[in-house]
Amino acid sequence: MAFFGRPFYWSETLEQMYMIGIGSLYLIVLTGIFAGQGFALAFSVELADFGAKNYLGRIMAISIIRELGPVLAGLMIAARVAAGITAEIGAMKSTDQIDAMVAFGIDPIRKLVVPRLLALIIMVPALTILCDAIAIFGGYIIAVFIAHITATTYWSAVKERLIFGNLFIGIFKPIVFSFVIGFISTYFGFSSEGGTKGVGRATTSSVVVTSITILVVNFFITKVVFSLLKGWL
Amino acid sequence: MIEFKNVDFGYSDRLILCDISFKVAKNESVAIMGPSGSGKSTILRLLLGLECPHRGTITIDGMNICQMKEREKREIRKTMGMVFQNGALFDSLTVGENVGYYLIEHSDLEYAEISARVHEMIGFVGLNADEIIDKLPDELSGGMQRRVAIARALLSTNPKVMMYDEPTTGLDPESTKNILQLMQKLKKEREVSSLMVTHQIADAVSIADKFIVISGGEIAYDGKLDGLIRSKDERVVTFLTPFIESLAEVNREQFTSD
Repeated sequence: MAFFGRPFYWSETLEQMYMIGIGSLYLIVLTGIFAGQGFALAFSVELADFGAKNYLGRIMAISIIRELGPVLAGLMIAARVAAGITAEIGAMKSTDQIDAMVAFGIDPIRKLVVPRLLALIIMVPALTILCDAIAIFGGYIIAVFIAHITATTYWSAVKERLIFGNLFIGIFKPIVFSFVIGFISTYFGFSSEGGTKGVGRATTSSVVVTSITILVVNFFITKVVFSLLKGWL
Repeated sequence: MIEFKNVDFGYSDRLILCDISFKVAKNESVAIMGPSGSGKSTILRLLLGLECPHRGTITIDGMNICQMKEREKREIRKTMGMVFQNGALFDSLTVGENVGYYLIEHSDLEYAEISARVHEMIGFVGLNADEIIDKLPDELSGGMQRRVAIARALLSTNPKVMMYDEPTTGLDPESTKNILQLMQKLKKEREVSSLMVTHQIADAVSIADKFIVISGGEIAYDGKLDGLIRSKDERVVTFLTPFIESLAEVNREQFTSD
């Protein structure tokens, strides 16, 4: 595809991978641990009423891998990365740096958009997997110390639901979200107008639109994939 | 070499430029003047192919830039150097990386060779390379930033045409003098055509061979300095009135030097 053709900016891509991946690590760790624990705590109480608290591991695996992990990681990365990308490109535009780039015969799409998009495609699924793992681990802490479920029961229930369908959804969603974050944030950056105020407006809009789009797209993916992968779930 | 022919351009329903026609010959320096918002900078954007006119043609060495594909435009831009209004230096890159940007992006030169050329070019624009090469643009004064921008434009493209968008606006008198001296040096030593957009008539007079006054999106004057001063066109007179003292000084200086 011409979009990814030569010249390809490897160093920019690696720099963006570092900024998106390593830079978002603390956010993902905190999100995963507290969301997982909160979720496990709420469900353990409900399940205990039905005498089904041994199923906590199953519920955690399904809900975290299919829904909560991708959506939470997507929203957190959108808040941090989409804002950064839009603000950076918007500021470059308002100070004529994009025009300067064009004037020097450089394609700003290849220089600015492609490395960020590629970095997102690689790092968003990686961060989501990490978020899932930490959230499920957070559930384990609640299961063992508060719900008094044995570790073996919790982990074997989790393992039972680590099946192809769930794992596929868990990887597919963040890949789609990375396109959503990449396209929307760069679009708002390039289309920002009106100096610093305009950059501020574009950044806010970028985060809002990206977050809403992630939630809407998440619903439709769940709906479509559920009907397509019925036998695998 | 450069020709604008019956060019109209505007944003949405607002017409910025109307029926603009002028020529810039090889090695000629042209000053495009006019009040703020008259469409001066838009002419440079059109020439760079950043915008396309609604009507008319813009040719560079006989090639119509409006009909070129983006790839062809990128090639022709390599023969043009542009100094943007506030320098437009890449603020996340050091001065050295800014000046060597084009070579880093487009050439296969070794790092040492690029570094040597960057040092040479920073010296050419009258700055001390060792002192500023590792600084970020924000750490430089406005005048120094403008000179770095000129160095970047020169090293970038080895240009046939230099375009300056308000090169001295917002600078103190000393920095203004330095920038103008640098532009004169370029004109003499590099033999490039130049287009300078400005509303500082004294700057225009010290550099340009030809003067174009834009008013209300139309060309109110296109010619030499003596014709400009004698022009009876109401739009030209209105534009020149605040600069009468500057013009008188320029006339005195010319008379003294003659």
